[in-house]
Amino acid sequence: MGGGHGRHDAHRLHVGRDTAVHRLAPHVKLVALVTFVSAVAVTPRYALWAFAIDAILLAVVAVAARVPAAVVARRVLVVTPFLIVAVLLPFIGHGPRTELGPIEVSTDGLWAAWNIAAKALLGATASIVFTATTPIPEILTGMTRLRVPRPVVAIIAFMVRYLDLISEQLHRMRLAMTARCHDPRWLWQARPVAAAAGTLFVRTYERGERIHDAMIARGYTGHMPVDERAPDRPAAWLVALAPPAVAVTAAVVALVP
Amino acid sequence: MMIAMHAPDGFLEPGVAVATAAISLVVMAFAVRSASRELGDRQVPLAGVTAAFVFAAQMFNFPVASGTTGHLLGGALAAILLGPWVGSLVVGVVVLVQALVFADGGLTALGYNVLNMAIVPAFGGWAIFWLVRRLLPKNAGGVIGATAIASGMSVVLASIAFSIEWLFGATAPVPFDTVFGAMVGVHTLIGIGEAVVSSMVVATVLAARPDLVAGARDLDTAQLADRPRVGVRTFVMAGVLVAALFAMVVSQFAASGPDGLEKVAADQGFAAGAQDHGFADSVFADYATRGIGNEELSLAIAGITGVALALTVGAGLVIAARQLRRRPAV
Repeated sequence: MGGGHGRHDAHRLHVGRDTAVHRLAPHVKLVALVTFVSAVAVTPRYALWAFAIDAILLAVVAVAARVPAAVVARRVLVVTPFLIVAVLLPFIGHGPRTELGPIEVSTDGLWAAWNIAAKALLGATASIVFTATTPIPEILTGMTRLRVPRPVVAIIAFMVRYLDLISEQLHRMRLAMTARCHDPRWLWQARPVAAAAGTLFVRTYERGERIHDAMIARGYTGHMPVDERAPDRPAAWLVALAPPAVAVTAAVVALVP
Repeated sequence: MMIAMHAPDGFLEPGVAVATAAISLVVMAFAVRSASRELGDRQVPLAGVTAAFVFAAQMFNFPVASGTTGHLLGGALAAILLGPWVGSLVVGVVVLVQALVFADGGLTALGYNVLNMAIVPAFGGWAIFWLVRRLLPKNAGGVIGATAIASGMSVVLASIAFSIEWLFGATAPVPFDTVFGAMVGVHTLIGIGEAVVSSMVVATVLAARPDLVAGARDLDTAQLADRPRVGVRTFVMAGVLVAALFAMVVSQFAASGPDGLEKVAADQGFAAGAQDHGFADSVFADYATRGIGNEELSLAIAGITGVALALTVGAGLVIAARQLRRRPAV
């Protein structure tokens, strides 16, 4: 890889270890992830204890999966723009004011900031732990087993498969432009960049047509082969769904007055 | 950076998340069916690689001012190149993968993220594209001009969609008109960049493989060859002009919309908590200009002043940044 585009480097997301979390069936983990994140999303903002429980659950799973804290910390930066919005809310929010040190801020705004920051961080961390312990091909198998329509899974599979290739092609085009002293500074100098994007679209589409020809040559009839695996043990469900079950219970207890 | 994009978990209330998820699921299901009808067994490879292209295109940094950069959002562009169904499907898949694999956007926020980033820009952009194409000449220039207006406006439409969702599912005590004003203001500026770059992308594809532009399938080769030359500088100026016009139109809406909404709020009894903020006495309080009798005119002036103010502040920041950079190292 050319480096320098870490965020979109799909294959570096996975932290290859052999732990109980890694070994769980992908569709079980996917259900657990969605349940956990939904529980976090519906938890009322005033139930601080519920968020504490959620955070502890996530930490336990991350430690059990031996996902390095540095990996989580680096990737969780994705939510930064929303944390900035959250920081502004106490100042622009309406309603009764509360004193926070020397300044007066909106009480509801402060709660809203906490709500957005806590949920964004918990949700993103849960997704990060999931992708760190589940390689992309397994995520796709999991989606198939959860009855996500086959064409959708196949489209995602193709997208992920060609993502690095097309990003790399983009990187090379930019490198070639820079090598020819292309250093645009204003919007009206964007023409070469846009032309490169257009060219990349044509090349990508033509690549898709070639891939389709190659698939037909190999006997493609419109359906991708399916990976049929043995039915999973109920124990896997019990283990994987334990943390989300605790999170759901916490959310329900917090919601019931 | 676009705040309406990639919203995290819990950014809007669960009710809105569920409702938008239902809408997005239904539209995406139709998109899968229509795409498979349009593309046949080419659907999987073609939609897959073009989704990878949209993903890569969002890494395409174009210059904005004095070396700062923005990036394409691509919703309307995908619709104009691939048609609204395939386009929204492809962008929807990108949003899904960003949430699932890259933790970029919450899983429970997928409903409104797909709606705002894939469905609204693709279908809204497609509709505006065809409306504008009716007005412009039937040639390559017409397609490029319509792309500019449609893709610029699609970004603003996305921000309006977000503001409406905020109205129903706000998680913070920030009123609708503040969110609406801020979102539409910022996205009108983002829309200028999106318009310039999207239209030049379409111009390039039209030159190389005109058959790959779904929005130009009705044109024959002679019409495609007819493209009036427009300098990029003129183009950007036209973009600013369109943004100003748009601000005038949208500001009317901003004024009449919230009044109705404030009435609903009062009926429901939650207006009691609202209070006027510190700027209530400012010249543009309630988005109208004081001392001007005609309401529409005063709103339009407030709208334009908003855009001008945003442009001035932006230009000021850029000039300040340049001065800092130019200062010789001590």
